[in-house]
Amino acid sequence: MIRELFTKKKQAITIPSADAKNDVPEGIMTKCPDCKQIILTKDLIKTAKVCPKCDHHFKMTAWERVECLFDENTFESMDDHLKSENPLKFPSYTEKIASDSEKTGLNEAVLTGIGKIGGNEVAVAIMDSHFRMGSMGSVVGEKITRAIEAATDKSIPVIIFSASGGARMQEGVLSLMQMAKTSVALQRHADKGLLYISVMTYPTTGGVSASFASVGDINLAEPKALIGFAGRRVIEQTVREKLPDNFQTAEFLLDHGQLDAVIDRRELTETLSKLVGLHVREVK
Amino acid sequence: MSKTLAFEEPIVKLREKIDELEEFTSTNEVDLSDEIGKLKTRLSNLETEIYSNMEPWDRVQVARHPERPTTKDYIAELFEDFMELHGDRSFGDDAAIIGGIGFFESMPVTVIGHQRGKDTKENVKRNFGMPHPEGYRKALRLMKQAEKFGRPIICFIDTKGAYPGKAAEERGQSEAIARNLIEMAGLKVPVVSIVIGEGGSGGALALGVANHIHMLEHSTYSVISPEGAASILWKDASLSKQAAEAMKITAPHLKEMGIIDEIIPEVLGGAHRDPKAQAVEMRKVLKSSLDSLCEMDVNAIIDDRYNKFRNIGVFSE
Repeated sequence: MIRELFTKKKQAITIPSADAKNDVPEGIMTKCPDCKQIILTKDLIKTAKVCPKCDHHFKMTAWERVECLFDENTFESMDDHLKSENPLKFPSYTEKIASDSEKTGLNEAVLTGIGKIGGNEVAVAIMDSHFRMGSMGSVVGEKITRAIEAATDKSIPVIIFSASGGARMQEGVLSLMQMAKTSVALQRHADKGLLYISVMTYPTTGGVSASFASVGDINLAEPKALIGFAGRRVIEQTVREKLPDNFQTAEFLLDHGQLDAVIDRRELTETLSKLVGLHVREVK
Repeated sequence: MSKTLAFEEPIVKLREKIDELEEFTSTNEVDLSDEIGKLKTRLSNLETEIYSNMEPWDRVQVARHPERPTTKDYIAELFEDFMELHGDRSFGDDAAIIGGIGFFESMPVTVIGHQRGKDTKENVKRNFGMPHPEGYRKALRLMKQAEKFGRPIICFIDTKGAYPGKAAEERGQSEAIARNLIEMAGLKVPVVSIVIGEGGSGGALALGVANHIHMLEHSTYSVISPEGAASILWKDASLSKQAAEAMKITAPHLKEMGIIDEIIPEVLGGAHRDPKAQAVEMRKVLKSSLDSLCEMDVNAIIDDRYNKFRNIGVFSE
């Protein structure tokens, strides 16, 4: 089953870029949105989807992260069977979920599971912004909560990769309450003296930013990741001034004391492996 | 006479007619008391009918009524010897969240709540009840203080939401809200939150990880304002009435979804009609909440809060 998912992932890796010229066969070449460099897609994968010329970090799917992160064949996903409902009966919500599920091969906007990093077992939740902008509804909240609880039960660290526009509007106040649900689970994990690392990626905003993403024992972020609570346009309208270009970037947050470090994705696995290693406790 | 809301128009018109007739009889030698009596019965029937069939959007209007009682009004009615405590000890004192200590039914308690103003001047001072990070951090400081002294915590929720400002982002409003959620989860003392007006998004939830959550009958609690929802979902803020309907933000809806514990009935027409009578209703619910929570030991209190939030969500396996 795992092999099957890996095959699927290879399809997802092709970056469907509308900008790609028609004479280039789809997916073979990828154009960097920042420096416009044309890169061979297979080369891009070797560099963890970071542009070799300008260090632009491309968006990653959850399964691509799994492949970069874990010791070979150690990751096992969990709760892939949970299904979103349509509690507020929003028109076309069910169809949108189905179509994103089809597109990403995920049951919801987060992939969770347990695997080994540098030989140490960790639980992870990896959000995927290709699924409803990574927004958090009941299933996302439940999957993350179960991953944290699994970590608490096994006394292992938990790492959460955030990539989310915030709360899932179509689930109303239920999605707001997922912020509280994940928090009560994290509190239990913390109470046991266990490590929680938050990795904020593009984008980490709204309710996700205002809950688990911001309260890691260690808060990391990828370069230039958009991180913030309120939207830039809303703030500009409220304060009636133009905001600096770097406002709500990872670097801005580092300057303002909200992050422990900004880590280039090509060094992220090694960094996480080192941090987890630093927190290993001898089992009697 | 307080500000009239659109759905109250028929009541106001009828009342005006009665006033007119009464005025007429006092200046003329005509006896219309029969007529007036009938109209008064009709008025009271009409009031009952209109106020007991309020649409979500009508409730939003009542929740936003400029004279709706605020945290301070309830503090004055419900607590004795209240003393306000200020500041987050690291940046400043946010007037959009107030807090302090006092007695509730002879028991020392900590009270924290969003505070909006009732006029422009006070609203400017209190930033319309929309907190900055130091507001949440003051709240957390007072909660930890309550925990140290074993005092139950009562939170009043009444905010449109966190303030979408530059400084608020710079000072880490995400972290401030998130920290409250996780710290409230572990508090060793009972926490009761009551939504008294608008409960908007993360700014509201930052005072909302409680053992019991109650809502005043016409208050709202939502992930986003009806206007915000309409503009995100349908790219049209004028559809806010429909959004208020669709987002299920009223007390009966939240009760139905199992998110809140009790709906506190409001005086006819809304809490602003009689704040004192409203406080009496609130006292009853608060007392019964605290009575049951104060019997629990520390672990039971934390587990109770954990289970409450752990079980929120609608999905299938």
